[in-house]
Amino acid sequence: MLRFAPALAIAILALPVIGGLAGTVLPAFGYLPALGGDSLSLEPFGEVLAQPGLARSCAIALAAGVVTAAVSVGLVALFIGGWSQTRPFRVIQSLVSPLLAVPHAAAAFGLAFMIAPSGFLARLFSPWATGWTRPPDWLIVHDSLGLSLMAGLIVKEVPFLLLIALAALPQVPLASASRLSASLGYGRVAGFLFTTWPAIYRQIRLAVFAVIAFASSAVDVAVILGPTTPAALPVRLVEWMNDPDLSSRFMASSGAVLQLGVTLAALVIWLGLEKLCGMAMRRLAGRGRRYKADMAPRLVAIVAMGLTTLIVFGGLAVLALWSISGLWQFPNVLPASLSLRGWSQTLPRIGDPLVTTITVGLAATLLSAAIVIASLERERETGRSGGNRALFFLYLPLLVPQAGFVFGLKLFLTHGGVGATWTALVLVHMVFVLPYVFLSLSAPWRAFDRRFEAIAAGLGKGRRTTFLAIRLPILARAVLTAMAVGFAVSVGQYLPTLLIGAGRLVTITTEAVALGAGGNRRVIGIYAFLQMLLPFLGFALAAIVPALLFRNRRAMKVA
Amino acid sequence: MRFVSAALAALFLSTSLATAAEPNAANWDAVLADAKGQTVYWNAWGGSENINAYVDWVGDVLADRFGVKLVHVKLDDTANAVATVVTEKAAGKDEDGTIDLIWINGENFASMKRQGLLYGPGWAQQLPNWSYVDVETKPTITTDFTIPTDGMESPWGMAKLVFFHDSARTDASDLPDSADALLEWATENPGRFSYPQPPDFIGSSFLKQILSEKIEDPAKLLEPVKADEFADLTAPLFAYLDALHPHLWRSARAFPKDYPSMSQLLADGELDITFAFNPAEASSAIANDLLPDTVRSFTFSGGTLANTHFVAIPYNAAAKAGALVTANFLLSPEAQARKQDPTVWGDPTVLAIGKLDDQDRARFEALDLGVATLKPEELGPALPEPHPSWMAMIEEEWARRYGVAN
Repeated sequence: MLRFAPALAIAILALPVIGGLAGTVLPAFGYLPALGGDSLSLEPFGEVLAQPGLARSCAIALAAGVVTAAVSVGLVALFIGGWSQTRPFRVIQSLVSPLLAVPHAAAAFGLAFMIAPSGFLARLFSPWATGWTRPPDWLIVHDSLGLSLMAGLIVKEVPFLLLIALAALPQVPLASASRLSASLGYGRVAGFLFTTWPAIYRQIRLAVFAVIAFASSAVDVAVILGPTTPAALPVRLVEWMNDPDLSSRFMASSGAVLQLGVTLAALVIWLGLEKLCGMAMRRLAGRGRRYKADMAPRLVAIVAMGLTTLIVFGGLAVLALWSISGLWQFPNVLPASLSLRGWSQTLPRIGDPLVTTITVGLAATLLSAAIVIASLERERETGRSGGNRALFFLYLPLLVPQAGFVFGLKLFLTHGGVGATWTALVLVHMVFVLPYVFLSLSAPWRAFDRRFEAIAAGLGKGRRTTFLAIRLPILARAVLTAMAVGFAVSVGQYLPTLLIGAGRLVTITTEAVALGAGGNRRVIGIYAFLQMLLPFLGFALAAIVPALLFRNRRAMKVA
Repeated sequence: MRFVSAALAALFLSTSLATAAEPNAANWDAVLADAKGQTVYWNAWGGSENINAYVDWVGDVLADRFGVKLVHVKLDDTANAVATVVTEKAAGKDEDGTIDLIWINGENFASMKRQGLLYGPGWAQQLPNWSYVDVETKPTITTDFTIPTDGMESPWGMAKLVFFHDSARTDASDLPDSADALLEWATENPGRFSYPQPPDFIGSSFLKQILSEKIEDPAKLLEPVKADEFADLTAPLFAYLDALHPHLWRSARAFPKDYPSMSQLLADGELDITFAFNPAEASSAIANDLLPDTVRSFTFSGGTLANTHFVAIPYNAAAKAGALVTANFLLSPEAQARKQDPTVWGDPTVLAIGKLDDQDRARFEALDLGVATLKPEELGPALPEPHPSWMAMIEEEWARRYGVAN
């Protein structure tokens, strides 16, 4: 059984991506026999290129990818360099970590509610400071340059990159390197950037690529915060896909291929930036200047980190308040009255999406965890970790834009007669859940002290008993945390759920985006609250269950 | 083994028989019997919570009384449902389709009818509750955007374009009474008017309202538009929009998504004039704490667009009997009266009150249509909807001209 686990994992990760890509690329060149396209042509590309505002849509997607990654990476580097091993660092780190569990859509709604002209920040300062009795006519959310879109992506990617970087920290001699650079008179930030950062960056590089791929192709955040005249490319792809004119299916597919190109271009630009930054760093380091006066960048880093957290959590708190508010007009900071009408109207209808969200999430997470554990066990037994090749497959679904292959996957399923089934949805979610479960679980699994198993074997216990009675309990916390991460990923999936669920299977996230893009803030509040609640429950369980299980095992308590 | 395969064969036969039998609306008892136990997937725009709540209530009643399970598949654009049926037909899925009922009218109906994607004709008139429908004084019930319905869709509600303003901020005497006056008003009140971004159906309807007022010969709108005449005939519309856009909310660099978003913007004080396709929208929003109770309605004395919205059944629907039962219940005086209640939705009925018995008439007479709802005689003349071909071409031209803002 165990022997097939790694192959199964690779199949789950690679087959949908490769098959989906084929299902996207062939129609893009006019080949889709079910719709009468049985010869190859470039016509669909001609049609896409003739769409009004296409260049701008591509430019926004490209910029969203590069700018989001640049700002996020820069901020994370400055923050770790400027503040690691300090008290503010630990405080902010513990505040930022939960942000990882907040689905992209919920964070985007939270941000929108803070920064809109009629949003909470404007209300807080109106009319006493601003003189506004009515919201100013400013284009903030949905701005033409996509700045809000990028901000919405950055607030989610910074926590992601920070946690990945923190996981890489133990493998670099941060403390001794910073002592060394400090003794040579370097400023904190410069010392870190010159000595430690290159080693960390090498380890988080794939994650950065994943950020670029996601940011350049995100649909949900772009619907909530992105420009509309025209919209970013991924949003327009979904519109073309839903066009009743079947010939636009070909166009949508070539649009998806274009999206692959845009993401690839963003990655290439990033590789260029990497080279430039590397060169610049070497030159700066070679000059020998110490850059001791680095308080300004340090302050920028910590203020930006703090603001990120504050704005998202503040926005989510405001959302929660909206969900129980009566009429709440500008510029009132608080609603005139409270009312449970929103909840009482929405709750009866929330059952189905809630059940789908939870069952699909649990199934995808449990299956992924089982496969990951089996693969890791196999790796332990054979001593072969698969190395970079395994890592490539893990990151494959995160590096290829969702729009690029989920479209093709949907075409395959629809024309193969497989409708919107629960099983199909679970399988598609696993493509995205499995990598995260693996990435979270592999380090603790490999770090396990094998002497425990040696003792068990010495006492005559078999493989199965050792696994069930020794390894699994000791690693229970890590397994449950990895599953909580996987569950959060599943809850947050928008595009795969939208396309594969086809409206018949809806989750809290697809409902939130569908209803929330409209105006009713009370409804947005309710759905965003639930979107947040589910992942948090997962993490809470992951913390509570081991605590209960091991309440009489002193050595198993969290230090 | 033989037993298992025989059982499988029997199962297969029974299911294929169940789907093969087309219900006959004339034999209503048989329809009711067929419908029991069916699941009806109703694809309907889901952008407004009060409508969603009403659909939910319909589902509860259907489950209780008829054993029909109703699932609301929420769309953000009805064209998506058309796309699904088109895809299924192309894939050869001529039965057991994934959609049983569609909330529809106008160009989506025209497109499905033209492509042979609809069940019918004639089922709508065979519904038991059809006898209450006001076919005499409401011509849009049998002619949808100039296309005869031929009983391939059953009427659900009446719509009329109505504008709203907050009387606490805007004086009723300053309000515009025509498209031209609206342009003047927008110029004097920059940033306080907008419309949902086409192809949102309310946004596209606004464009048709302007065109109906500005076109030289309105009779042209009732015929299919010819490609070579389109530019000339719509020149006044786009000249109007060119003049209007610099004065719109966000200078027309962004638009509200749909009419509920416009209501939110009216409540926030960002917009001063908004509109919807439902005369009771403001009263309904007031009742739901979404708008202040100072909001009032107005229309243009020269008339605004009016139409009817319907439900239709795709030709390959899996649960046709269940869909028929649903359509019939939607036409019942009970369901229609509840729908017209502004605290629920406020959507005007398609029934003729005079055809109802005393008890059902009382349901309608007991309704408080709300402080912000105009009386039927204040609603002004009804302008007919243009032929569906106009909508697609206007939307395309709009995207070309304004879809890329500066």
